[in-house]
Amino acid sequence: MRARLARRTVLAAAALLLPRAVRAGDAAVAIKDFAFDPATLTVPAGTKVVWTNRDDTPHKLASNAQPPLFVSDALDSDDAWPMVFDKPGTYGYFCTLHPHMQGAVIVT
Amino acid sequence: MTNRPTSRRTVLECMAWAGAAAVWSFSGGVPRARLLGSPAHAEEASFSFAQISDSHIGFAKDANMDVPGTLQAAITQLGQLPHHPSMVLHTGDVSHLSKPAQFDTAAQIIGAGKFDIHYVPGEHDMLEDNGRPFIERFQAREKPGVAGGACYSFDQNGVHFIGLNNVTDLKAGGLGMIGEAQLKWLAGDLAGRADSQPIVVFAHIPLWTVYAPWGWGTEDGERALALLRRFGSVTVLNGHIHQVLQKVEGNVAFYSARSTAFPQPAPGAAPSPGPMKVDAGKLRGVLGIREVTVIAGQAALAVADATLAG
Repeated sequence: MRARLARRTVLAAAALLLPRAVRAGDAAVAIKDFAFDPATLTVPAGTKVVWTNRDDTPHKLASNAQPPLFVSDALDSDDAWPMVFDKPGTYGYFCTLHPHMQGAVIVT
Repeated sequence: MTNRPTSRRTVLECMAWAGAAAVWSFSGGVPRARLLGSPAHAEEASFSFAQISDSHIGFAKDANMDVPGTLQAAITQLGQLPHHPSMVLHTGDVSHLSKPAQFDTAAQIIGAGKFDIHYVPGEHDMLEDNGRPFIERFQAREKPGVAGGACYSFDQNGVHFIGLNNVTDLKAGGLGMIGEAQLKWLAGDLAGRADSQPIVVFAHIPLWTVYAPWGWGTEDGERALALLRRFGSVTVLNGHIHQVLQKVEGNVAFYSARSTAFPQPAPGAAPSPGPMKVDAGKLRGVLGIREVTVIAGQAALAVADATLAG
């Protein structure tokens, strides 16, 4: 009983860390050295993708489509931003501050 | 100041020590250099202005934990120049994240200097609401060239100044962007002006391609330069790359300025651009201000970079 309670507490503590923490089933993209890692990510439909900025400078994401299908907040260092991809397709995106930074999410 | 033509070798030698306090002057695309503080500078100067850039208020990382302090130092240094600058140009990235509190702090520190100041935005200033908070706050005095475009021009002491916005509507895989609307406005703004009028263009991102892999250039910069080539004296001032770089192309001279906040690596010298940490004692030696002097009676400007280390 005590062990179960302890485990619940741990889970609750982990949940408090959201959205920074990436849960099982989610996919993570790190933004590091002005690049997306991985640059191309393949995930099943319904996956939540979480980008986390590991640089000392802000980044901001936008999809390549015009008008953009998604635009993130401005992400300061260690900020994370989630996006759930429900429909299959290829979603190219870039950093609106540093447009040479490009990535893609392929949803199957 | 002598009018002796300068050899290419001399120019290259000068460029090698351009990081020190050097004064550049140029006429018809031929640059000359001498040390800051030489007598000719004081006697012949008729009009001078200054440039500061990339104050990044809101940044607080290892590369500089006190960016308000170094901006304050830059403003103090501007106030101590032998010739009080007639005005100051800020070439963008006033803030780090376009936050109202960051704009407040910057405005307070810069405003205390009581300079006549003109701003163009950096990409860090335009993160909210298509840049409207920055434009309303820092460009309220300007007559916008295009609606919401953050560009404008004005004349001072016979020199035509053009502030451009090349930090918004950037495209995937691209560089800085001026855009069709501003280019059309620029063509109209220049039409009818005499070739002999000195032109100063100021924008955040370099108008020339410094280093494409890091996005250090402007996609359609060449189209703006094509409109400027007929003029005998064109000076292009930018920030963004946090270091002094110079290039002369025909009658057009490009000058990239230091930041007041933190340095960035030389093009290609690191895996990526971004804040570069230096020893605390050396930080002010890689931050700086710039003074530009228009010499009476000649289409020549002198550009002097000084670090905050004094």
